[in-house]
Amino acid sequence: MADSGNAPKPSSSVKLVLLGEAAVGKSSLVLRFVNNDFQENKEPTIGAAFLTQKCNLPTRTIKFEIWDTAGQERFASLAPMYYRNAQAALVVYDLTKPTSLVKAKHWVAELQRQASPGIVIALVGNKLDLTNDEAGSGGDGESPGVDGEGDARKVTTDEAKTYADEEGLLFFETSAKTGYNVTEVFTAIANAIPETSLKTARGPGAAHAAARSEEQRVNLNGARDQNAKDGCAC
Amino acid sequence: MSFAPTLRPHGDLASLVAGSLNRKSRAWNLLRSQSETVIQPFEGIELGMSGDLAGFEREFDEIPDNTTDDVRLALWHSKMKHYMILSSAGKPIYSRHGDLSLINSSMGVVQTIISFYEGQKDPLLGFTAGNARFVITTEGPLYFVAISRLGESDAQLRSQLDALYMQILSTLTLPTLKNIFVHRPSTDLRKPLEGTESLLSSLADSFTKGSPSALLGALECLKLRKSQRHSINNIFLKNRADKLLYGLIVAGGKLVSVIRPRKHSLHPSDLQLIFNMLFESGSIKAGGGESWIPLCLPAFNNRGYLYMYVSFFDKPDDENDGDSSHHPARSHATPSIPEEPPEGEEESSETRSNSTSAPPPPPSSSSSSRPSPQSADEEIAIILISADKESFFSLKEMRDKLALSLQKSGYLSLIRSACRQGRPKISSISTSSSSTAHQEIQLSHFLYKSRANVQFCMPSLEPHFSGWEPERQIARRKLMSVYHQLHASMHAKHSHLKVLHSVGEDVASLAWITPVFELYCVAGPNASRAAMTQGANRVVQWAKKEEERLFIIGGGVF
Ligand SMILES: Nc1nc2c(ncn2[C@@H]2O[C@H](COP(=O)(O)OP(=O)(O)O)[C@@H](O)[C@H]2O)c(=O)[nH]1
Ligand SMILES: [Mg+2]
Repeated sequence: MADSGNAPKPSSSVKLVLLGEAAVGKSSLVLRFVNNDFQENKEPTIGAAFLTQKCNLPTRTIKFEIWDTAGQERFASLAPMYYRNAQAALVVYDLTKPTSLVKAKHWVAELQRQASPGIVIALVGNKLDLTNDEAGSGGDGESPGVDGEGDARKVTTDEAKTYADEEGLLFFETSAKTGYNVTEVFTAIANAIPETSLKTARGPGAAHAAARSEEQRVNLNGARDQNAKDGCAC
Repeated sequence: MSFAPTLRPHGDLASLVAGSLNRKSRAWNLLRSQSETVIQPFEGIELGMSGDLAGFEREFDEIPDNTTDDVRLALWHSKMKHYMILSSAGKPIYSRHGDLSLINSSMGVVQTIISFYEGQKDPLLGFTAGNARFVITTEGPLYFVAISRLGESDAQLRSQLDALYMQILSTLTLPTLKNIFVHRPSTDLRKPLEGTESLLSSLADSFTKGSPSALLGALECLKLRKSQRHSINNIFLKNRADKLLYGLIVAGGKLVSVIRPRKHSLHPSDLQLIFNMLFESGSIKAGGGESWIPLCLPAFNNRGYLYMYVSFFDKPDDENDGDSSHHPARSHATPSIPEEPPEGEEESSETRSNSTSAPPPPPSSSSSSRPSPQSADEEIAIILISADKESFFSLKEMRDKLALSLQKSGYLSLIRSACRQGRPKISSISTSSSSTAHQEIQLSHFLYKSRANVQFCMPSLEPHFSGWEPERQIARRKLMSVYHQLHASMHAKHSHLKVLHSVGEDVASLAWITPVFELYCVAGPNASRAAMTQGANRVVQWAKKEEERLFIIGGGVF
């Protein structure tokens, strides 16, 4: 009965917060990750939304507890509440809007100053489908670019990547609309969470991390190599 | 069938003092003679006579970006209702229709007119231009403007503008709003209000559609047996978190249960903001998951924020599936209440008619952007409000326990089925089974407000006032317009009306106000005064008998 094939994998909770200017696509990324869905004219988030989603790694299950914040200025003072105990942060900008990268850099700086020291930060340039890049333009045959022909990209991959490398951030360009690279972001984060951080995940407020992961901790470095392919089967 | 010209319902309402009826009206005589057949109100709409409301079904369509300014301005002018907010320095803040660049000049004109009167002894309150009524209110550094061709009274338009102001306070709080303008009078308020626009628009649209709740300043409750509501309140109280200030269970925009501290009650205007956010605008539902929302409830305290936890129940994928996994729940699936007398004939006959002759639900409009009314009617939310911004997880825990108890005890499915059953049919209320049926002309619809409870109830809008076809939307708006006119007449300054009966060319109506209730009834134009009075009496008797099921009296107090 209790054969290893069906035995539940060790699981741990990871608190993750999404930060970034309003309308860059934070909620859309979460909606894609959690429900594999996209809404064209999404109404803006009010306050913050709390969602959970499991991410199956080869050796363990990560349960993301996600805070999707609204990104509006009047809520800025509430942000610490959401990132205070976070083990991971997804800082999102819209790669058709340079000011949103500026805002993203502010968030990164604030996280580096105020959040838990071990926090894993991923910088995410969203709306890749609006560019002429092969990868991002969706499989639905729609012509890319807001003008139909033009490339709406205003932030080059190089610029953002260079910045991310300097700051030691994970970096992805995504499209919540087509789903491109979305799961990959979360899988990469799951893989990048240090073991020690997983251990502390069982503090108050970190919800129900399974007790057994204590004994059955696995080598995450092994899992990292396998990467996204067999990552989030969610 | 054609209608003879008759008294104009709009202007003449106020002059129709209680009891007096223009029996010489040709229409009256004409229609009297047809009283054998029941004529529904506004039947002319089906014949393409939508009158002033022609095109109302396009009222909420967006003005497209991709045409010329001329076309866009023409579309803008075709709207029957406008709401604008601007700062006293003349900066546009919000407009329901058209982007602010399109209407910048109109805003400028409005601002000029207002400020011209500002210095005078009498500030400008309202004026009429063509068939549009302009009403203006000033709240500190903000001007609110309503332009309406829908015939509301100034007082009604002003209370609509007040609700928009309350939404702004709910976003910012009063001290913040004042501060912003003290320091920089020319501030662009759009940035601090970011994300509030969709809430203002859904409020505005509910007024334009005609919201009974807003008109009456009252809330609607889900009809439940007294003992059922009592049990739900107790389950709610039993699971209460320490940090809780207010707790609400809301189903399809109707209150199911409220728990609150003894010394604080909830103000309808605050609840209106919450209901609008949850059920009219898509913001919360679109987010999925659970929400944690800082908001100010201005009637409670306009100086600070509270924090609201919201979670919607998942819809059961399959009706039975949702509950069958919990066998204990099944045995209690319908809590029986032996101590209470059965609800009487009307309820059982209502159930019967539901199963045999209920019209099919309106087609779901999944393809359009319009939320399907049917599904919105069945959404159940738990709302937990605290003054502590750190209390999310303790409220979430409370919600989880509460949800489990509600499910196990069968009350969740009870709430679901009460929701699905919808509002009672008018035929089950205003028609007496004993009276001789052949001369019966029944009411088509009514609004009943319990003044002490600040709550209202109404029968189902089906079949004549529901649905999304243009003529149905127009019929619904006409119905709401009649209610607005009756309400305006009864609440006009110096009016001491107790009863008002009025007959128009396509509708007859009756308003009746006592210290206990306000009742507004509508029937087809050939309904006699006697029949309407009789119908109204039945509604009042019914509401009295059902009071504890229709309304939340007291609620759960801790
Ligand atoms: N073309 C495109 N639009 C997107 C994408 N992600 C989000 N959007 C749109 O951008 C707007 C803002 O998205 P939202 O998720 O609400 O942003 P948030 O404020 O950061 O949560 C919405 O109209 C989305 O439909 C994307 O990847 N591509
Ligand atoms: Mg969002």
